[in-house]
Amino acid sequence: MTQKPEDIKVIIATDCGSTTTKAILIQYDEEKGEYRQTYRGEAPTTVESPFEDVTKGVLNSISELSELSGRELLDENNMILKKSSPSEGADIYISTSSAGGGLQMMVAGVVRSMTAESAERAALGAGAIVMDVIASNDHRLPHEQIERIRQLRPDMILLSGGIDGGTKSHVVDLAELISAADPKPRLGIGFKLPVIYAGNRDAREEVSGTLEEKVDLVIVDNLRPVLEKENLGPARDKIHDMFMEHVMQQAPGYKKLMEWTDSPIMPTPGAVGAIIERVAQLYDLQVVGVDIGGATTDVFSVFVDPEDEKPVFNRTVSANLGMSYSISNILAEATLPNISRWVPFPIDERELRNQIKNKMIRPTTIPQTLHSLAVEQAIAREALRLAFVQHKSFATTLKGVQKQRTIADAFVQTGTEGTIVNMMNLDLLVGSGGVLSHAPRRNQSAMMMIDAFRPEGITRLAVDSIFMMPHLGVLSEVHPKAATEVFLKDCLVYIGTCIAPVGQIKESKDVMKYSIDLPQGRQEGMLRQGEMLLFPLGVGEKASAVFEPTGKADVGAGKGTRVETVVHGGVVGLILDGRGRPLMTVPDDKDARIQQMLSWLENLKVYNMDELKALGRA
Amino acid sequence: MAHAYTPGLKVSPKIRLTKKRILPLKGDVVVNVGDTVTSDTVVARTELPGKVTPINAANILGVPAPDLVEHVLKPEGSPIAKGEIYAVAKSFFGLFKTTLKAPEDCHLENISQITGKILLRGKPLPVEVTAYLEGKVTEVYPQEGVAVECWAAFTQGIFGIGGETHGILRMVCKSKDERLSPEKISPEHRGCVLVGGSIVTAAALKKALEHGVRAIVVGGFDDQDLRNFLGYDLGVAITGSENKGITLVVTEGFGEIPMADRTFELLKNHEGHKACVNGATQIRAGVIRPEVVIPRPESELKAGPEVTAGALIIGTPIRVIREPYFGRLGTVSLLPPELTPLESETKARVLKVKFADGIEAVVPRANVEILET
Repeated sequence: MTQKPEDIKVIIATDCGSTTTKAILIQYDEEKGEYRQTYRGEAPTTVESPFEDVTKGVLNSISELSELSGRELLDENNMILKKSSPSEGADIYISTSSAGGGLQMMVAGVVRSMTAESAERAALGAGAIVMDVIASNDHRLPHEQIERIRQLRPDMILLSGGIDGGTKSHVVDLAELISAADPKPRLGIGFKLPVIYAGNRDAREEVSGTLEEKVDLVIVDNLRPVLEKENLGPARDKIHDMFMEHVMQQAPGYKKLMEWTDSPIMPTPGAVGAIIERVAQLYDLQVVGVDIGGATTDVFSVFVDPEDEKPVFNRTVSANLGMSYSISNILAEATLPNISRWVPFPIDERELRNQIKNKMIRPTTIPQTLHSLAVEQAIAREALRLAFVQHKSFATTLKGVQKQRTIADAFVQTGTEGTIVNMMNLDLLVGSGGVLSHAPRRNQSAMMMIDAFRPEGITRLAVDSIFMMPHLGVLSEVHPKAATEVFLKDCLVYIGTCIAPVGQIKESKDVMKYSIDLPQGRQEGMLRQGEMLLFPLGVGEKASAVFEPTGKADVGAGKGTRVETVVHGGVVGLILDGRGRPLMTVPDDKDARIQQMLSWLENLKVYNMDELKALGRA
Repeated sequence: MAHAYTPGLKVSPKIRLTKKRILPLKGDVVVNVGDTVTSDTVVARTELPGKVTPINAANILGVPAPDLVEHVLKPEGSPIAKGEIYAVAKSFFGLFKTTLKAPEDCHLENISQITGKILLRGKPLPVEVTAYLEGKVTEVYPQEGVAVECWAAFTQGIFGIGGETHGILRMVCKSKDERLSPEKISPEHRGCVLVGGSIVTAAALKKALEHGVRAIVVGGFDDQDLRNFLGYDLGVAITGSENKGITLVVTEGFGEIPMADRTFELLKNHEGHKACVNGATQIRAGVIRPEVVIPRPESELKAGPEVTAGALIIGTPIRVIREPYFGRLGTVSLLPPELTPLESETKARVLKVKFADGIEAVVPRANVEILET
């Protein structure tokens, strides 16, 4: 791209998903001096037969954008009109893609919790789905590992292992396994599989000798040059390059699409991660973002590493936790009791199982009845919860680094060993994906996110209004200003703020005294254990508040310590969550559980309560 | 979005089908364009590389890894017979010998002077691709496979398990809403494809398996029974490789749901003829639905009424595919363009459907499928 950022006034961005291609139009508002997202169009993705050309879906979505905006965006040859005028064209066109299964990778490293985990982090950070992690100590026999590499047919392999100057034999051993498997790429019969080597610098010659005849080998800097440091950048960049050069070249229509775009096509999750990382950096925020899709759930986070006090970005993909294609897997992993604890009416297991399977085989259907909606949202809570558990266990300080411990450390018990995810430090929780972005009431999105993520202390909640984070992620690579402006003004819909004291308080006891200066007057009172309260505070509104937790509760400043702060509103408002952290257990008795759920849902105006209660009587 | 509804399943009384039959790796095509083939005719074959066994040779022989090659008796790539000694190390002035013997017929793939390992590759595994259909070879893709074409009556299911099979089609339920229960299955059904009505019970499936039934085509199946049958909870709908000895094609969905009239009638019309069945299902990018193909001479097939695929207009025959009207058939009676709030408060594009009994209902367009031919 040779244009200066200030010359870019109109931007078209598309995201080619596995089912839908979504296009957005971003325009510069001369009067206000800011970029805004103005229109959105979508069309079915056309990667699969009978079309087998991704550009058809792209053009259809842009054509819808053109119709809605009244702006000519395509010329008579059905090509994107480049260079904008007041009534037609766009200055740049950019795109992301997850069509055709996205970028599927296999990673290998010597020690599972050290170099293999660093390699996994690099691949995930680049937006890949990691199909398997091969490690010298993964408890599989060599022939089983070889069989697995051969069966999976990934798009590429990332091989790491050993620190620079360390032992060579283990990583060469892995190279020999890959060579013996002689793996073939998923796409493009007759092509060599791309393998990126990012391991011990001293073993490059031996790894090349072992692999170069069988695969398309590329060597980059070691991603773990010393135990104390990760250097994921070179491997991550090379994954993007190889994704463009190899994988995209083989996918139907992508060669053409790559010629159209003004910057390299990014894998969708990689782009979402890019925008979250950028915004966190720009505004000095600790953020969690989640994208719950039909097949997978991606969790992104930026938290400050307590050891070096630098922000660290992490991404995980829960490959089989999704709301349509893999909805059945949520039931399998979460189990029925965990799902039914969120359902505010009695359900029959057989009926629920069939309902879930029917959603799986007809993934594009939507809940018509309140019953279906409530069940789907109960399942979503569990998908989000499980995905976040996985994320917390992955987002850790580097393992394998020697630490000095004092006797006091022996008495500190943490739930997830070494995780850098500290919910008390979380500033912003962003939800995305159909079940969160398109919930009929934003109160439902808020409740799902609070139940699943269990924010602690004071946390702002938001959803991605129309799922444009991927578009903005790729835009942030070429025009960071436009990307961040649109992210804050049009992409995020602020739901409000959740105030959740940490601590286990006895039933019905006092948790926190509150005093909030709302625009309509001061609200004062006592939050009791197990109670949820909602106060209206609109989008863009702020309120001064004082929270005084009781002795055992902590709202951010320590147990029993008063907090004076300014809280932000949103479409839902301020939510006071007195259920404690860890979250109180729901009653075992079915009727008591349902009553408990109903009281929370009623206070937070989550559903039409008359209809919901009628479902319980039916 | 202009085309938000689910494309329907194909139910066609007369169709010209072409199937590509492709090898997983390059190999030999053994038929020619114009050849007549049956389901079991092998059309292409290849050999998958054999299993690799790494041997920690330097350790076993007690020699340094860089010296390993001096102790191996054969060069890389050589064949070794089962029991043959392929590496030797002597110690104590030749008094003691440590040897390595091949555990099976194999090739010496690689000797590593860095890790001290030897890789032995076992015999290649032969792979054959059959024609699956009964028809003619219309195209040959050198070294890769062929295209086989035939005229057939054809129906897709919504979900299936098990791979390709074939057998004589037998109707074991008299109507589309009759349950396929164990007493309807007898020894004479060995090798057959059985058609049931609204559901196949777990006991009936078990009995079908005992009697060597090749496949069952039925309206519904219970998820609890599926879990019991497979032995695990199916998390993601990618099926076809289950080796349960029987193929199952579910045409409507999970639960007890009468088979759609058109599907039931189509199958009934071809009772006694050979059916080729595949339960493979994939409900993600590149949707694959299970299928029943009944290859017949063109002259013996009668085309059904034309329905334009993909067009949702007033009068289009549809099936509702989600509660509260799940499984009901009707025709589109109104297509309001604006977003309409549903009972769940979701705003969606809807349509009005008129069911066979004259009752009308509003359903989201996303919750119907067009009945295609």
